[in-house]
Amino acid sequence: MLTSAFYLIAFITIFFAIMVVASRNPIHSVLYLVLTFFSISAMYIFMLDATFVGMVNVIVYAGAIMVLFLYVLMMMNLNTDAEPKKSNLFKITAVISGGMLLLLIVAALHDNNLVNANKSTLANEKIGSIKVLGNVLYTQYQLPFEIASVLFLIAMIGSVVLGKKNTASQTIGNEVLK
Amino acid sequence: MDFQGFVITLISIITLFSITMFIALYSTFAERKVAAFMQDRRGPNRAGPGGIFQPLADGLKFFMKEEVIPVASNKFLFVLGPSIAIMSSLMTGVIIPWGGQLIVFGNTVSLQIVDLDIGILYVFAVLSVGVYGIMIGGWASNNKFSLMGAIRASSQIISYELSMGFSIVALLLVTGTMSLHEIVERQHGMNWNIFYQPLGFLIFLICAFAETNRTPFDLPECETELVGGYHTEYSSMKLGFYLFSEYINMFISSAVMVTLYFGGYNFPFMDQLLHATGSQNLVTIVGTILLFAKVFFFIFFFMWVRWTIPRFRYDQLMNLGWKGLIPLSIVWLMLTAAGVLFFKS
Repeated sequence: MLTSAFYLIAFITIFFAIMVVASRNPIHSVLYLVLTFFSISAMYIFMLDATFVGMVNVIVYAGAIMVLFLYVLMMMNLNTDAEPKKSNLFKITAVISGGMLLLLIVAALHDNNLVNANKSTLANEKIGSIKVLGNVLYTQYQLPFEIASVLFLIAMIGSVVLGKKNTASQTIGNEVLK
Repeated sequence: MDFQGFVITLISIITLFSITMFIALYSTFAERKVAAFMQDRRGPNRAGPGGIFQPLADGLKFFMKEEVIPVASNKFLFVLGPSIAIMSSLMTGVIIPWGGQLIVFGNTVSLQIVDLDIGILYVFAVLSVGVYGIMIGGWASNNKFSLMGAIRASSQIISYELSMGFSIVALLLVTGTMSLHEIVERQHGMNWNIFYQPLGFLIFLICAFAETNRTPFDLPECETELVGGYHTEYSSMKLGFYLFSEYINMFISSAVMVTLYFGGYNFPFMDQLLHATGSQNLVTIVGTILLFAKVFFFIFFFMWVRWTIPRFRYDQLMNLGWKGLIPLSIVWLMLTAAGVLFFKS
C-alpha cells in the first residue's frame, strides 16, 4: 500500500518536473514547478508523516518563492519573436554541465548507503511531528540551525545593500556625465 | 478509517460546504443592506419580503449570463483561475473547530472536521495557494488592467502575509500549540487570547483586511483605476466564483480571528451552564451559536469598514505593510517573548 502510494506520488512528481523543462511557455513551466512542489509536499506528508515539513514546503516554496517567480515572468514580454535565439554552443554547454551535475549527484548517492543510514531515524514514527523536530533542531542541531539563520540574515542584508548601491552609483554616474 | 467515521466526515463536509455557501450568498445581501443603511437608502427590497430572495435572483442572473472567454486569452488558465480561487477559499473551513463535542445516538461527534497538530500552518498554506487563483486569472485574461490587478493583489498578499505570520508567532508563544483545537480549549470560559494579545490581534485584523482584498485595501479591484481589476474580463459564473470567493474568505477569516483571539465556541459561565443542566449537547450548541454570532459580528465589521474608510493609495499600502506593520509586529513578538519568559518561568 505504502509502496504503491510512493510510486504513484514519485511518478507524478517526476512527470511534473519533466513538464517544467518541456513546456514552451515560461508561465506554464512555473505552474508545473508549483505542482512539483505540491507533489513533493505530498511525499513528505504521506510517506514520512512529516506534516510540518510538508506544510512549510507549500508555504515557502509554492506560496512565496514561486509567486515571486510568476510575478517577474508576468511582467516580461513573452512573445516568441522577442525571445533571443540561443546558439548551439550554448545548448551543448548546458547539456554537458547538466550531465555533470547528474553524475555528481548519482556518485554522491551511490557512495552513501542511504537506506541503512536512515533506518534508525525512520524507526521513530514521530520523526516528522513538530514537537520532535523542534526538540532536535534546538538541542542536537542547534549550531548548524543558528548558522543557517545567520546565513539567511546575511543574504537579506546583502540584497538590501546591493539595492542601495545601485541607486548610489547611478547618481554618481549622472554627476560624471554633467 | 472505518465506515462510520467516513460517513460522519462526509456528512460534516457537505454540511460545512452548504453552510459556507449559504453564508457567502447572504453576505452579498447583507453587504448591500449595510451599504444602504450607511448611505441612508433602502437597499434591495423587491425580491421577496424585504428583498430576502435577492441573492437567489443574483445567483440565477450569474448563471443565465453569456459566458465570454476572450479570444487572445489562455483558455485553460482563464478557467483555472476562478476555480483555484473558490477551491482554496472553501478548503480552510475543515480545520476550524465549529463547536465542542456533540453526543448523537451514543456517538461522540466533534464539530471540527480535521484536527491537525499544525492547524495554523494549514491555514497559511491554503492562503498562499489562493494567490494563484487571482494571479493566473489576471494574467490569462491578456488584459493590461487585469494584469495590473493581479500583480497588485499578489504583492499585497505576500507583503501582509509576513506581519500576519509574526502576529501569529506571538500568539503561538502564548498558547504553546499550533493545533486550533487546543488553542480554543485553552481559552475556556472568558480566558480569551485577546486579553493577552491586543496588539497582535490588531495587526492580524489589518492583515486580514489586506489578505481578503477588502476596502481599504481593495486596490487589486480598484474600479476607479483598473476598470474591474483582475476580473475585468470575466463574465457569468466565473466572475461569480471570484466574487463568491471574496465573501467566503471574509467568512473564513472572521472565523479564524474568532477562533484564535475570541475564544472560538467558548463563552462565559459555560461551566455553570453545564453544571446546572448537565447536558453537554446544550453547551455545545449554545457555544456554536455564539461562535457564529461572533463571526457575524466580524463580517459586519468588514462591511462597516468598507463603507466608512476610503481606499489607500498603493504606495501608502506598501509603506503601511513594510514600514509600519512588520516592525510593529516584530517589536510585539519580542515583547510577548519577554513576557512569556518573565511570567511563565
